[in-house]
Parts: sequence; C-alpha cells; structure tokens
Amino acid sequence: MNVEVTPLPGIGVRKEFPLAASRRRVGVIDHKDGTMDLIVSKPDNPDATDQISLSAQEASVLANLLGAPQLVAQLQEEHRDLDGVTTRQMAVRSGSPFADRALGDTQMRTRTKVSIVAVVRAGHAVPSPGPEFLFTAGDVLVVVGTAEGLAAAARIMTDG
Amino acid sequence: MQLGAVFFGLGLLGRLAARIGMSPIPLYLIGGLVFGTGGLVELHHVDQFIHLASEIGVVLLLLLLGLEYSAAELVTGMRASWLAGVVDLVLNATPGVLVALMLGWGFTGAVAMAGVTYISSSGIVAKVLNDLGRVGNRETPTILSILVFEDLVMAGYLPVLTAVLAGVGFMTGLKTLGIALAAVTVVLVVALRYGRFVSMIVNSQDREIFLLKLLGSALLVAGAASALQVSAAVGAFLLGIAISDTTAHTATKLLEPLRDLFAALFFVLFGLSTDPKSIPPVLGWAVVLAVVTVVTKMATGWWAANRAGASRYGRARAGAALVAHGEFSIVIAGLAVAAGAVPDEFAAMATTYVLLMAVLGPIAARVIEPLLVFSDRRLPRPNWARLRTTTERRSAEEPS
Repeated sequence: MNVEVTPLPGIGVRKEFPLAASRRRVGVIDHKDGTMDLIVSKPDNPDATDQISLSAQEASVLANLLGAPQLVAQLQEEHRDLDGVTTRQMAVRSGSPFADRALGDTQMRTRTKVSIVAVVRAGHAVPSPGPEFLFTAGDVLVVVGTAEGLAAAARIMTDG
Repeated sequence: MQLGAVFFGLGLLGRLAARIGMSPIPLYLIGGLVFGTGGLVELHHVDQFIHLASEIGVVLLLLLLGLEYSAAELVTGMRASWLAGVVDLVLNATPGVLVALMLGWGFTGAVAMAGVTYISSSGIVAKVLNDLGRVGNRETPTILSILVFEDLVMAGYLPVLTAVLAGVGFMTGLKTLGIALAAVTVVLVVALRYGRFVSMIVNSQDREIFLLKLLGSALLVAGAASALQVSAAVGAFLLGIAISDTTAHTATKLLEPLRDLFAALFFVLFGLSTDPKSIPPVLGWAVVLAVVTVVTKMATGWWAANRAGASRYGRARAGAALVAHGEFSIVIAGLAVAAGAVPDEFAAMATTYVLLMAVLGPIAARVIEPLLVFSDRRLPRPNWARLRTTTERRSAEEPS
C-alpha cells in the first residue's frame, strides 16, 4: 500500500492512501501540536475532505480499535505457513494465579516452549512484554507456539 | 485608566470577532481609528506605552511566523512552489505599484505599496482553512507553499524596504540588501545543520526561564538586526526559523497569547495614527485596489492549483483562500508610516485596503464553493456531465 506523505508547512504532515473500493482517499493530518485529524475525501468532490479533529488520546484509542484485532490476525497469518506453529489469544481471568504477578513467574517458555508475543490491555497492545511485565486480570495474551504448547499454556494460566 | 479602557475595548472587539467567525484585525484597526487623531474620542497619554508595545508586537509576529516553519520545510517548499510564488509576486505586487505611481507617491510609496498588496495573511488563511475543514484537501499544500514563499520573500523585502524608506543611496541600499541576504543564507544553513543547538540554548524546563530566554534572544537578535540596518522584524523571523522541533512547539504555545496581545496593540496604534478624515478621498482607489487584487489572488490560486492537478472546485477554493490580507500588510505600512517617508494618504489607503481584504478574504473562502455549485446548477453547461466525469477519471487515475 502506497501511503502518500505531504508536508503541510506550518501545520504538520498529511498522510493518506486511496481506497480501492470506493474511489476515495482516507488518511490523517498529523498536526505539529500532537493532535490528529482523520480525513476522508468526499465522494462527489474528490479534492475536498471531511476533517475530524482528534485529541492525542482519542487518536490512540481509535488506532487501537483498528489495530488490536489486526495484530492477532496478522500473527496468525504469518505463522499459518509454518508447520505446527499457531497463534492464540488467551485471557488472564480474575481467578488466574498469575493475575497481579510478573510474566517471568509463569516460566512459560521453559515449561511449554511457547512465546507471549504481546499483551492487549484495555485496547492497547504491548508488544514483546519482558519477564518483569505485571499481568492484570482482563489482559489478553497473544501467544505463539505448537498446538500442544498452547494447550499447556492455557492450563498454566488458569491453574498455575 | 485610558489604557485599561483600550484593553477592555479590545477584549470586547476580539470576542465580537470570534462570535461572527472573522479575524479581529479589521476590528482592531477600526478601534484605533475611532480613538485616534481626529476620531470620536482622542486618547493622549497612552501613546508611549502603545508605541513600545507595538514594536514588541511586530517582533513577536515575525518570531512566531518563523517558528511555524522549519528550515527544511522552507527549502522543500521553495523548491515546490517557486514558479507559483513568482506568479503570485508579479500579479499581486503590480496593482499596488501602479496605484501608488498613479497617485504620485513616488518610488518609495510604490515599493511599500507593492508589499501591502502582495502578501496574503498566513494567519487568517491558516485559520480559515482549519475552520472550514479544508486542511486535508488536495489544493491545500499548494496554498501553503505559496504562503511559505511569500514569507520568505518578506525576509528579503523588509530590509530593502527599510533601506528605501531611510532614503539611503543606491550603494548603501545594495549593501543592506547584501547583508540581509547573507544573514538569511547563514541562518538557513545554521538552522538546517545545527538547529538542534540553537533550540538547546533557548530551551529550558522552567516556563519562566524559557520565556525570558526566548523573549530576550528575540529582542537581542532584532536589535542586532536593526543595528545592521536589516529590519528588526527580519531578525526575529530568522531566529524563529532557527528554533526547531519541540522547542518551537513550546515556544509557540507560550508566546501566542503574548503575540496576540502586543499585535493587537500594534494594529490599534496603526489605526490611532490614521486620521479617519483622510479615508474618504482614498476610498475609491482602495476599493479598486481591493477588487483588482481579489481577482489577481484568485487567478494565482487557480493557476497554481491547476498545476497541482486540482479540480475546478479545488482551484477556486485555492484562489479564494489566498485573498485575505492582514497583519503583514499593516507591518509594512507601519514601517513606511513610522519612517515618515510616505504621504499621509498612504496610511489611510493601507488601512482601508486591509480592512476590506481582511473582511473579504474569509468571506470569499466561504462563499466560493456554494457560488460555483449554484452557478453550475443555474447555468447548466452542455459539457458539464462530461467535464465532471473527466475530472473524476483524472483524479482516479492520478496516484494520490
């Protein structure tokens, strides 16, 4: 996908790309002050755009709404061709022995050979969490490994 | 007490402007006219303070203008837009020159008037684009790059103007211009290579210290520039360019309210020093000039946006966006009036002209699209359907 980047002197940067299906352009304006505008070109007037202002926080929430499911889907896609490797999401439930404990405490990799590649918390994805990462009930782990490994990992997360 | 009344009055005017969604500049000018020499009420004691404040106002205006751009943006902007910029310069400076010559204001008046009619108000234009949600449009980069070009031309033009106004000889003028151009070049190179260091020196975590350093350096550079006979405003502009990135953002945020305050006083002072009675004689010419430059600015935008591949609507929008004139026309006129090198009608002419253009600009930007739609509906062209499909096809084919 070709993202066109246009500097807007004094304002910021415009980044946009064409949508194949609807002959429209969609993108963002990255303002110098950190705010973002979502822009979508109008169907009847391809040069003009609708401009929706987002605060930095709103922009990051929107990005995560769009991005978090993609992350899992992309990992699954990437690992589909590798024999025996699968990606799975598993939740840290409130009764889990590892809620409020560090990732390292699970000894996940030594025990099951799977990797926790990301944690999604409240719509935000934390990529490659380290052993000191503290789990909280409600976190969703993105785990990569063999089918047996993943089953074992799920047991560990619920039973310890 | 008078000063308090002036400030309070300005506040009310600014609020009124915000309410009806226009730039407050014309209202400040009118405020100045009302209270000035020959106006309804004459103010006497506040002059000195306002004088000082308005000088700071000009320095801040230009400093913030420089802060808006990074040196890299200026260089790439120049490369992309120099042709459109030259068209803009020729089309819009010429009417000013012609009218000044016709009214017998001589060479000095012509040079000053050229600047007044040439430069669009980047402040008003950027605000209008944002208010109307047009920042993402295809024609917008074209508009902005023309504004960048204009602002850079200002950096070269102001020292020339100062030299001409001072009535110095050809050689001295040439020397001043040389110094100014050398300074611009040095600053651009420094800003491109070592902008970080300039920012580092000025930057500070503490807001108070930061503000003091910033204001101090701005006034220092401005003073040094005017000692070199390059105008103080240019010095401030160049300093603004050299400060980059996060420092520039913080600086903009801190200085904006200050600039608005001092710049408001600057506009008031300009209004104050203009005698309202001198307006009616030049009104006719000011209207002619306004009409002509609306047309030439429209033509500039139309032509430039066309080159960038914008549709008919985009071209019209680009033209209309450029119409607004404001702060810099008054800065130029203010320099000319302060130097006393131009006749009294000059101030009246500049005031009236900027009043017209500052009001017309946002209106033009707003109504141009509905007008075009209306005219397309009322006067259906035989080839309208074909024209539309070709524009659409063209825009679909273009890699966007």
